[in-house]
Amino acid sequence: MELTTVWFILIGVLWTGYFVLEGFDFGVGMLFPVLGGKRYSSDAADAEKRRRLMLNTIGPVWDGNEVWVLTAGGATFAAFPNWYATLFSGFYLPLLLILVALILRNLGFEYRHKRPEQAWKSRWDLAIFWGSLVPALLWGVALTNIVRGVPIDADMEFTGNVFTLLNPISLLGGVVFVALFLTHGAIFVALKTDGPIRQEARGIATRTGVVAALLAVVLLVTLGLEDGKTISWVTTAIAAIALLAGLGANLRGREGWAFAGTAVTIAMAVATYFLILFPNVMPSSTDAAFNLTVTNASSTEYTLKVMTIVALVLTPIVVLYQAWTYWIFRRRLSTANIPADVRLELEPARDEALRS
Amino acid sequence: MDATDLARWQFAITTVYHFLFVPITIGLSFVVAVFHTQWVRTHNPDWLRLAKFFGKLFTINFALGLVTGIVQEFQFGMNWSAYSRFVGDIFGAPLAIEALLAFFLESVFLGLWIFGWGRIPEKLHASTMWIVHVGTLLSAYFILAANSFMQHPVGFRFNPVSGRAELTDFFAVLTNKVQLVTFPHVAFSAYMVGGGVLMGVALHLMRRESLRASALLRSVDGLDSTATSDRSAGRDIDGGDSTGTTAAMTMTTQARQATAARADVPLYRKAARIGAVLTLVAGVGVAVSGDLQGKIMTEVQPMKMAAAEALYETSPQGAGAPFSVLTIGSLDGQHANALIEIPGLLSFLGTGTWDGEVKGINDLKAQYAATYGATGDPRLVDAATDYVPNIPTTYWTFRLMIGVGMAAAGIAALVLWTTRRGRVPTSRWVLYAAIAAPLLPVFGNSFGWIFTEVGRQPWAVFGLMTTASGVSPSVSIGEVITSMTVFTLLYGALAVVEIKLFLAYVRRGAEPFEAPATPSDEDEDAPLAFAY
Ligand code: HDD
Ligand code: HEM
Ligand code: HEM
Repeated sequence: MELTTVWFILIGVLWTGYFVLEGFDFGVGMLFPVLGGKRYSSDAADAEKRRRLMLNTIGPVWDGNEVWVLTAGGATFAAFPNWYATLFSGFYLPLLLILVALILRNLGFEYRHKRPEQAWKSRWDLAIFWGSLVPALLWGVALTNIVRGVPIDADMEFTGNVFTLLNPISLLGGVVFVALFLTHGAIFVALKTDGPIRQEARGIATRTGVVAALLAVVLLVTLGLEDGKTISWVTTAIAAIALLAGLGANLRGREGWAFAGTAVTIAMAVATYFLILFPNVMPSSTDAAFNLTVTNASSTEYTLKVMTIVALVLTPIVVLYQAWTYWIFRRRLSTANIPADVRLELEPARDEALRS
Repeated sequence: MDATDLARWQFAITTVYHFLFVPITIGLSFVVAVFHTQWVRTHNPDWLRLAKFFGKLFTINFALGLVTGIVQEFQFGMNWSAYSRFVGDIFGAPLAIEALLAFFLESVFLGLWIFGWGRIPEKLHASTMWIVHVGTLLSAYFILAANSFMQHPVGFRFNPVSGRAELTDFFAVLTNKVQLVTFPHVAFSAYMVGGGVLMGVALHLMRRESLRASALLRSVDGLDSTATSDRSAGRDIDGGDSTGTTAAMTMTTQARQATAARADVPLYRKAARIGAVLTLVAGVGVAVSGDLQGKIMTEVQPMKMAAAEALYETSPQGAGAPFSVLTIGSLDGQHANALIEIPGLLSFLGTGTWDGEVKGINDLKAQYAATYGATGDPRLVDAATDYVPNIPTTYWTFRLMIGVGMAAAGIAALVLWTTRRGRVPTSRWVLYAAIAAPLLPVFGNSFGWIFTEVGRQPWAVFGLMTTASGVSPSVSIGEVITSMTVFTLLYGALAVVEIKLFLAYVRRGAEPFEAPATPSDEDEDAPLAFAY
């Protein structure tokens, strides 16, 4: 196999890893005001406990999940510099929004619990919600645009603007990403918690799952009819079956299987995108002669060789230790595990201990 | 101002900002790892309290280093697409390896450290922080390899057919001679920052607890005498007895608080001294590696050394170029009046001998114009500049880097002296020293980078591509203005939030000792330690 093909596949794998993993923590973030909101909680204190419970299910892992996208970005830069350059300069404003959203969301995770005041917490709650929703939506829009092609000229430069990117099918792509991640996240909450929240999360997964399934089929079939190949139809079919199987397992309370189902769905949906895309990496809607392909966008053979060795050695190690952390934190959590709030009065912590 | 200037400003703002947090992360991860290891080895409660306390401060800082790092990763493609196309074959590899090798280590093992209390065996737990620290160093190594390529391109060839620079020897890029001196210098600077933060925070708390203990004890004495007089007069007054009891109770609480405050003084004193030693040792490393860096720099980028001193005329072999500590007047070469000069020092910094030749800006300018200017190649000729960087910036940032860094080392020496043999100084200057200790080395780092990067101008990649030709052609001025405004405002706001939070946690001090749960006596419903 050509090294350029190997790297195309690897980058596809990195994006798949990113969406399967970060997908569920985006989902948890979007469910924050729902599962931790008025509808499900008995009072404000209960809502607060539920929110912290949700945060702690993803606490040890979200940062590791996010590094997948940094690696995908770095790998694109190393293996296909022209793809990196055209994509990142072309999709400037959406990427800016994604960056701002990720910044606020990550700080929300890290800072929310660090002060007791309600106003402080509510502000970070908003950051977590929007910071999960916006990237989920925009990554969907961006990827769908990549697959369908955008205006690119003979110098490989993007010639459109933001509005070029906001077409109906790409927006549908964004909505499908959101719906899939919501389902994936709800199932993750059900998998990782105990108590009432577990049942409620399952209920939500069923409802969002049905919507996700319908929209995803419309999207993938539309993309397939435009430019599909036999194998991309196969992955589309697997995605659909896995989603239905996952939802079935969810109904029967088999959360592990349900989570595997949505994970496979997301992986196969991303695979479908990349299979349709190949051998282009960014087709031009201006003229097919200007397409960025795995050949004309790639690095030299030597760079690809070096990077292949590095990737072959490091990727398995990374996957192993990341999987190991998931194993260590495999225990289900309940609201009883949530510690008391930090106290940040001017009194040093020590005096309190003495008083009791 | 055109799109290039804006893109440069944006890069400068976001990178300098990122690099405020990076050295703190590198330095503090080391400090916390040492504390945690000491706890596992000795089971002295002090070490655990310090590990947890500085661990909290570390996570507050890490969060911002992380989010600003994501911007860095995307920014090359967004604002510098022409540059990315031109050097992507070489530059992309270290960035990808950084993510794969370093960022995964940092993020996964930091997650394990934060949530691992009572979940994983204690030795393994302490080692997770060491792994985080190794991750930060690896991350620095690879990103610096990328930066060193820009300072001194090696291991590549220019391919006229594809019109870009192509990698021929990856090992050469990783062992670039600029890289080999840059990495130790940056690492030592980061340890200096770690030492400075530790010293500053601990010094402040040592002083506060000591003052609090004496104040409380004084008031206990006061209460003591009131209580006694109350009791003697008690027989005549209704409820006199209860007044006496309340006073006695207040007295005991206060006495206990005073004892506790006094008990914490040695803890913070110890921490402050460790910080001071780290700052001093790292300071020596910074000076030695900086000296080596100066030599390499004079060799590969002579213009930068000339710009560092605003040396316009070549100082020939045998004359010995001086180093000015303070200058007034203009730096445009007409009348730079050095007030304090150290003879021969510039020659020494650049060449290793006190009378070596140091080339001046005017000669170098002519030389560069002949080599690059004459080619007419748009990648090499920058209409806007004459191959001379901004002299006032390079001149002052070079001095400030050395000056503020050495001031931090001076404070460290002073702290060691005044806290010798159990002494606990509490005068006002201790407070000022505590504030300066973390800030000076952090700013030393910023100045050093501004010097390095501005001194390289007009080149993005020295001798290969000017900065102006690296900017994204498809990005409009409006877009750059938008992103620059957004980042500047957002970063400004976040700085306020982070500093307030950091200070609140400093004020809170180290929490009382609490024996950590071991994985064996795990209770299903026990609250998580150190959770969100
Ligand atoms: C605490 C911070 C700090 C301190 C006290 C110093 N430096 Fe430094 N210096 C840095 C922090 C720094 C830095 C931020 O880390 C830089 C920026 C780029 C780099 O490689 O390191 C730097 C760059 C830098 C360069 C430019 C390298 C280049 O452009 O290729 C030179 C020549 C020196 N330093 C030399 C010194 C000397 C002779 C010092 C004192 C005796 C010194 N530095 C103290
Ligand atoms: C080690 C990794 C780094 C890389 C790869 C890097 C790369 C770059 C690039 C591509 C530019 C834009 C082009 C240019 O203006 O030359 C630049 C400019 C700049 N960088 Fe760096 N940089 C790094 C580290 C830093 C750090 C840590 C700082 C500061 C703390 C810094 C400060 C600046 C400044 C101030 C500019 C603007 C210079 C000017 O345009 O006049 N850089 N750097
Ligand atoms: C000398 C320059 C630089 C050094 C030494 C450095 C080092 C570090 C370190 C130690 C971290 C992790 C700790 C933290 O989050 O605070 C970090 C975060 C990050 N840096 Fe930098 N950095 C430099 C400049 C850059 C540049 C120019 C880029 C752009 C490619 C970059 C990209 C990143 C990214 C993406 C992260 C977040 C990774 C995470 O999720 O932990 N850094 N950097």
